[in-house]
Amino acid sequence: MGDRAEAAGRFGFLRGRILEALIRYGFMVLSALVLFAIILLIAGKDPIQSYRDILTSTLGSAYGLSEVLVAMTPMLLTALAVALPSRIVLINVGVEGQLYMGACLATWGALTFSGLPAWILLPWMIVLGMIGGSLWAFIPGLLRALGLVNETITTLLLNSVAPMIVSFFVFGFWHSPMDTNKTPNFVPAARLPTLFGTRIDVSLLLALALLLIFWLLTRYTRWGLEMRAIGGNPQAALRNGIPVKGYVIAAMCVGGAIAGLAGMAQVSGFYGVLLANFSRGTGYMGFLISWLAGGDPLGIVLTSFVVAVITTGGNLLQLTRDLPYAVINILLAFTLFVVLARPSLRRRRRTA
Amino acid sequence: MPDATSTVSQPQPLIRLRGISKTFAGVVANDHIDLDIYPAEIHALLGENGAGKSTLVKILYGFYGADSGGIELNGRPLSIRSPHDARAANIGLVFQDLALIPAFSVAENVALFLPDLDPVIDIQQVCSRLNALSEQYGLQVDPQQAGAALSIGEMQKVEILKLLMSNARVLILDEPTRVLAPHEVDSLLAVLRNLRSAGYAIVLITHKLNEVLACADRVTVLRRGRVSGTLLRKDATEAGLIDLMFEKGLASLEFERGGGSGSETPVLELRGASTQTQGADTPLADLELEIRPGEIVGVAGVSGNGQKELADLLLGITRCASGRKLLYGEDVSRESVRTLRDRGVRFIPENPLAMASIPFMSVLENFALTDSRLYARWGGMRLDWPAAERDLIASAEKLQFTIPIYAVARSLSGGNLQRMVIVRELARNPRLILASYLTRGLDVQSAQAARTALVQARAEGCAILLISEDLEELFSLSDRLLVLYGGRIVGSFQPAETSVHAVGHLMTGSGV
Amino acid sequence: MTLLSILGVLSSAIFSGTSLLYTTLGEIIDQRSGTVNLGLEGVLLVSASAGFALTSITGQPYLGLLLAMLAGGLMNLVMGYLTVTRRANQLASGLALMFFGFGLSAWIGRPYVGAKINGLPRIALPGISNLPVLYASLFRFDLLIYLAVPAAVLVWWLLFRTRWGLGLRAVGESADIAFASGRNPRRIRYQALFAGGLLAGLGAAHLSIAYAMNWTEYMTAGRGFIAVALVIFSKWHPLRAIGGALLFSGAVAFQLLLQSSGFQISPFLLSTIPYVVTILVLVLWGGTRRHSAPASLGRVYQGSE
Repeated sequence: MGDRAEAAGRFGFLRGRILEALIRYGFMVLSALVLFAIILLIAGKDPIQSYRDILTSTLGSAYGLSEVLVAMTPMLLTALAVALPSRIVLINVGVEGQLYMGACLATWGALTFSGLPAWILLPWMIVLGMIGGSLWAFIPGLLRALGLVNETITTLLLNSVAPMIVSFFVFGFWHSPMDTNKTPNFVPAARLPTLFGTRIDVSLLLALALLLIFWLLTRYTRWGLEMRAIGGNPQAALRNGIPVKGYVIAAMCVGGAIAGLAGMAQVSGFYGVLLANFSRGTGYMGFLISWLAGGDPLGIVLTSFVVAVITTGGNLLQLTRDLPYAVINILLAFTLFVVLARPSLRRRRRTA
Repeated sequence: MPDATSTVSQPQPLIRLRGISKTFAGVVANDHIDLDIYPAEIHALLGENGAGKSTLVKILYGFYGADSGGIELNGRPLSIRSPHDARAANIGLVFQDLALIPAFSVAENVALFLPDLDPVIDIQQVCSRLNALSEQYGLQVDPQQAGAALSIGEMQKVEILKLLMSNARVLILDEPTRVLAPHEVDSLLAVLRNLRSAGYAIVLITHKLNEVLACADRVTVLRRGRVSGTLLRKDATEAGLIDLMFEKGLASLEFERGGGSGSETPVLELRGASTQTQGADTPLADLELEIRPGEIVGVAGVSGNGQKELADLLLGITRCASGRKLLYGEDVSRESVRTLRDRGVRFIPENPLAMASIPFMSVLENFALTDSRLYARWGGMRLDWPAAERDLIASAEKLQFTIPIYAVARSLSGGNLQRMVIVRELARNPRLILASYLTRGLDVQSAQAARTALVQARAEGCAILLISEDLEELFSLSDRLLVLYGGRIVGSFQPAETSVHAVGHLMTGSGV
Repeated sequence: MTLLSILGVLSSAIFSGTSLLYTTLGEIIDQRSGTVNLGLEGVLLVSASAGFALTSITGQPYLGLLLAMLAGGLMNLVMGYLTVTRRANQLASGLALMFFGFGLSAWIGRPYVGAKINGLPRIALPGISNLPVLYASLFRFDLLIYLAVPAAVLVWWLLFRTRWGLGLRAVGESADIAFASGRNPRRIRYQALFAGGLLAGLGAAHLSIAYAMNWTEYMTAGRGFIAVALVIFSKWHPLRAIGGALLFSGAVAFQLLLQSSGFQISPFLLSTIPYVVTILVLVLWGGTRRHSAPASLGRVYQGSE
């Protein structure tokens, strides 16, 4: 009997949650904007004008919007690569390294099998990318499952190793005749197709699909239930017979695979070439996005969108207003600081 | 250091507690307790678990504030609002969970707590002071050893040294011998006697009668938050103390004894099972145990004597270091929790929120979790929630429980939470139920309901192991009764042929 | 492989490793008190750019050095505010600090890209100048290099021989026990972070003012993360960090040496060895439980209220 009342209560609860999320995001962006405005003023720029420029250039035109989506795609993937393991309280900071290894293996595929037609080569490269990332995450996962080393430390260390391995291959074997620090451009068959003449490539669709699958997985499937149980109370999960160790390894591998896919998308879609040290913290940004969004797929999409608007707008700030691009990181950082410094909002939101 | 000569006729207590009362969330932990602590005396604080001993000393040490009552030091009122105040009054507490940093050496651990440490540490000086004290009181510890390498007994000695070097004059030890081996116990008691001779006032919290009788000068017995008696050693006898500790007479609950078919294969057997310890756990030694279908085997004992380890062993979380575990005659010593659960082993823990439920999941989700494979459809892509709901409701009806299905676990009361766990665990005709402190912290109704459920399960042929410290419950429900002490089974009876007395004896270690 | 070339590798490792050593020492102090600072990269960049900028303006390298130290301390205090006072997640806070450093340093440093400064003067110890010119030139070091090993010893002494250090290490092992001993874990973590920031600032200063003597965006090239790895490699011990810094930074120079003797190993692969070794050491030495990481590392102190 109380079921209907409870169901109605649940709907209201959901609405309350969305409202709460909006307020939280709105507040966070607003505070950061104010802080950054101070910086802009010191730099002698007009903050209102700058912000208006950011918004019009990104959201005000189809081109701007497409650029935002381009920037958003790697963030979606890397954030998901962190979010999945975080469901069972694993801290995967190693997305950066897994990304590199995915890119590396995918590049090998592109260079070695360059004769194949796109419909064979591209899926093959996707598989390779996922394998690369997955292998890189397997070792930390195994060590953690055996209770030997915390995955935070191992993934962090491996993050430093991966770019070196990539550099090894690029400088040693794969570099183009003109530049030693990057490979020759990928053949068209090795490039992910783009959409509607913009720079958005199909990896965006892949990312959204994966996020949807992740959401369905956690919510509906048996494995999702067991994973949430481990995340909620590992002791109880163990006593319920759930194979925690197996899940630890599996979650890390899948997370790594997604990160590897992100890497593959970067070299095959965005750049079209493997450049040594091509990632400026993309993996870490994914970690932050997942953390901000609480590992929730919808939150990841929203957060990635906001961050992408900021970074893309920053690009345009540079072009028009003569500030170095890196300065936009300050706005990003302020946004992060504001969220980090507000524990009361965070704790209420935290469910897993 | 206090003067050791003028102790013989010392009428003035060093510390008096008067009318101390403390209530936690509706549970009365201390009820108008009076206690006198004299110098050069070992004062034992005796009682079962939950009697209120720990709460009392935590109030004395400043962790909690008493709701009413007062403390006097040398006749003058003393306000203790934090451990800082307690230390300033030269009161020292040796914690049950020892406050030792494994990575530091003994000397560094002690230095950390020294009130008069120089900015530039002269560790050699600390070492020599430690050595001197060790000599004096027989606390043999090597100052250079790392904290991680110490045995529990040695860790305790370091704790005592810390207190001595911080000029404590009152030493409180909370269940110090719980995790000590017999020879370590002797060693500790000898140290306490030395300290007493030197004029220190010692408060020893324990549930073990033999210790009390071996070294205490004065005994105060607590029962359910009240002082049930204070005696001098010369007036104390084993029988008398047991009477003070445990309530006499049992309210009869109308439960029938089970059929206890004697010739069937036991569902569960332990043959010579032992486990290894980690840290402060109690190792199990040489357990011989069997449980038959349709019988309840009760395990009596004071908490901390191996109950948790026993449950973990039977459930499959820890492995036998030696010996065997058999299910229906088959060796399952190395099987995983999941396999054992598949074979019908179920577990009702004492702390359902921490050990058996996922706090943010609903009752229904917690239910389905256990047999998720059963409810999986399309190879696991979907879960058959309607089926789970049906089973849940059916199980609850059979037990005559009503629980809100969609409520989130952490919002349930203790009683409802336990009901949820019971409904889940009893849902699929289990073969063996491990119930650990089934009714701890439950209100009367919920406790009754839980016991009824257990009896019902027994009637359907289930084998049950009931670990409890509630003697009433054990006597009324068990077909056979075991006593667990120090990781060993020290007694095995039919309830009809024994008494609270005899069991109390064994639970408190006398007669061992 | 001549003596000269070996000494050349050593000299190169010393030059390049000094900033790494200071940074690592700072992070050792932080981690010993329980804080992991993934934002070191950002801290280094801000310190390097600030120090370089001031040196460029005033022409006084030592002034720039002081500013770099101060900048490092301040950046770490931000970390402290987030993780100690606001009790935020340490990893996320560190990474946010890193991004902040990216932006702030780019902004500070932009007017000075390509500027030329007089770096820290290099002096040769008496006795060295008597050696043949080639040898002597390898060992003309600036003040920071000479002070590097003493600094490591000083940090060791502070951590293991003083009351402050004892309390700091106690906070890193168990903040609750430190609190029970009458200490204030929050205050101690702040102090540790500030001290660590000063040292990191020194490391950054050496990079931009003494070694490279220029400023470009992202010039620290991952040194912040290398330092974090080096802390683990040295098992949180300041004296071991000396050898580790030489090892981690000597890889490239070593590779050139090997190359000249006919062994072709990619410098990149060589550079991975210290990390691989660190992981192996972690695994073989019984894992995280027993490899001397401070027991409370990464845990946010909730306090008792």
